[in-house]
Amino acid sequence: MRLDRRAADAVVWLLLLTMPFWLTWIGGYTALGTRVVVLALAAMSLNFLLGFTGVLSFGHAAYFGLGVYGLGLTIKYLVPSSLAGMAVGVIVGTLAAMIIGALIVRLRGIYFAMVTIAFGQVFYFIAYRWNGVTGGDDGLSGWRRLPVDLGFARIDILNSDYALYYWSLFWFAIAVLIMAALLRSPFGRTLLAIRENERRARFLGIPIDRHIWISWTISCLFVSLAGTLYALLNNFADPHDLRWDQSGDFVIMAVLGGMRNFWGPLIGAAIYVVLQDYISSQTENWMSFIGLLFVLVVMFFPRGLLGVLRRRAAP
Amino acid sequence: MSLLEVQNVSRHFGSLVAVNGVSMTVEPGELRAVIGPNGAGKTTFFNMITGFFRPTGGRIVFDGTDITSLLPARRVWRGIARTFQVTEVFPALSVRDNLRIAIEVASGLRLRPFLRRDDQTAVQARVADLLAISNLAPMANRLVGELSHGDQRATEIMMALALKPKLLLLDEPTAGMGDQETYDITQLIRKLHRDQKLTIILIEHDMRVVFHLAERVMVLAQGAVLADGTPQQIAANEAVQTAYLGQAA
Repeated sequence: MRLDRRAADAVVWLLLLTMPFWLTWIGGYTALGTRVVVLALAAMSLNFLLGFTGVLSFGHAAYFGLGVYGLGLTIKYLVPSSLAGMAVGVIVGTLAAMIIGALIVRLRGIYFAMVTIAFGQVFYFIAYRWNGVTGGDDGLSGWRRLPVDLGFARIDILNSDYALYYWSLFWFAIAVLIMAALLRSPFGRTLLAIRENERRARFLGIPIDRHIWISWTISCLFVSLAGTLYALLNNFADPHDLRWDQSGDFVIMAVLGGMRNFWGPLIGAAIYVVLQDYISSQTENWMSFIGLLFVLVVMFFPRGLLGVLRRRAAP
Repeated sequence: MSLLEVQNVSRHFGSLVAVNGVSMTVEPGELRAVIGPNGAGKTTFFNMITGFFRPTGGRIVFDGTDITSLLPARRVWRGIARTFQVTEVFPALSVRDNLRIAIEVASGLRLRPFLRRDDQTAVQARVADLLAISNLAPMANRLVGELSHGDQRATEIMMALALKPKLLLLDEPTAGMGDQETYDITQLIRKLHRDQKLTIILIEHDMRVVFHLAERVMVLAQGAVLADGTPQQIAANEAVQTAYLGQAA
């Protein structure tokens, strides 16, 4: 059991580390791989809350988008530095999540989900309307990512697709390893306890709201990190990145791959991104195919594609 | 000093009076039973002690502190643990993990993002202790949801025990069990009371269990105390026989 899991983890990391090399053999390109990694980070961050705390958020695009705009606005108006942009994006996204989380953490189930959408839409409309600063409906353009200068080394993420891929994978790995470690910790086990049986958890002496708030904050921190990487990849900030349907896409990725499985959302994101890339070159109606696949998965593999392996709940 | 003093508590749900001016004093080391017909207010009474509901009147003092309006988690920290009428466990986790979560929370480790080795050893030793006390050891790695009703119940009781409570409240520990399971759980409760010197209050419908275990029995009927005394006194009490025992026979 334990060996199986280690082997699976090793395979996943090996595939990710070598992706730029084998992706072209199967008709892909490096930027597509970067997109998979970045969106997978967002979906796995959402799943920290959804799959391992049992709390459904339909508003994670807000914090993803704050990462996107935080980076774009910083590079465009403040400091020409990719790292500074990432720092600002993550800090802004996380602070917003901490404040909003404190306001809504008492709500449960569908009420919580609805309120997360509502708060998400607030940020969307700000980006959409504030033409002078955010570019409004046209998005924020007129800036681009800059090579990362570490002093001892320079990583040219601007001109090298490989560099950008590994830069993204580096942050993906940090975030994912932290989440995996947390889920194996006493704190992580209290989250599973809340997911499994909130009443029992409360009467064991776990302050439920506080633990959900921490889980929410961690989840949003990493989703805003994903947002900053997404902005680097696109050299553009799109108000759609903040909208509720983007939040829905993250949920679809998690459910598609299997939200009780640690790697499920990665598989879901890969399928989503590849299908989108392939089908959208054939027809504008690519979302219909994703929708159809989603319905089939929910009907025949309710635990998601990786759920058929029926691994134990904890990663 | 008494461990628990419930002073004249009441609970109204709209116009319904579920519990009406009930008082109870429990000394350390006691094993007290609360019995009464369905709808007598037994579970509501428990819910007020554990913080599930606030009383609409009266006061609850535990271990010298007024806990009438404390949140459930804070009452747990002060030493009140409970089980529920319908078993409440973490079904998709193993018996070991169920116990481990309870132990880690009780040891103040619940916010730790990692465990130091000595903490980990201590937690594992305590899991082993609890497994041994309850005879759950052979099932330690199975998911609780796959176990028999009786073993799920035993897991729930051991989780409550993992909290090292000063007071344990058991809400119908043998509900829905066969004879053998009822016997096993009764033996477990007796063992906890005797060996761990645990103070226990239990709600129970099975009179064999009550008379076998309890030193004192309180009878509730229609939200009020009908009688309070030793099992022998209760068995001889005419009002109780009419309200409860007679009806059950």
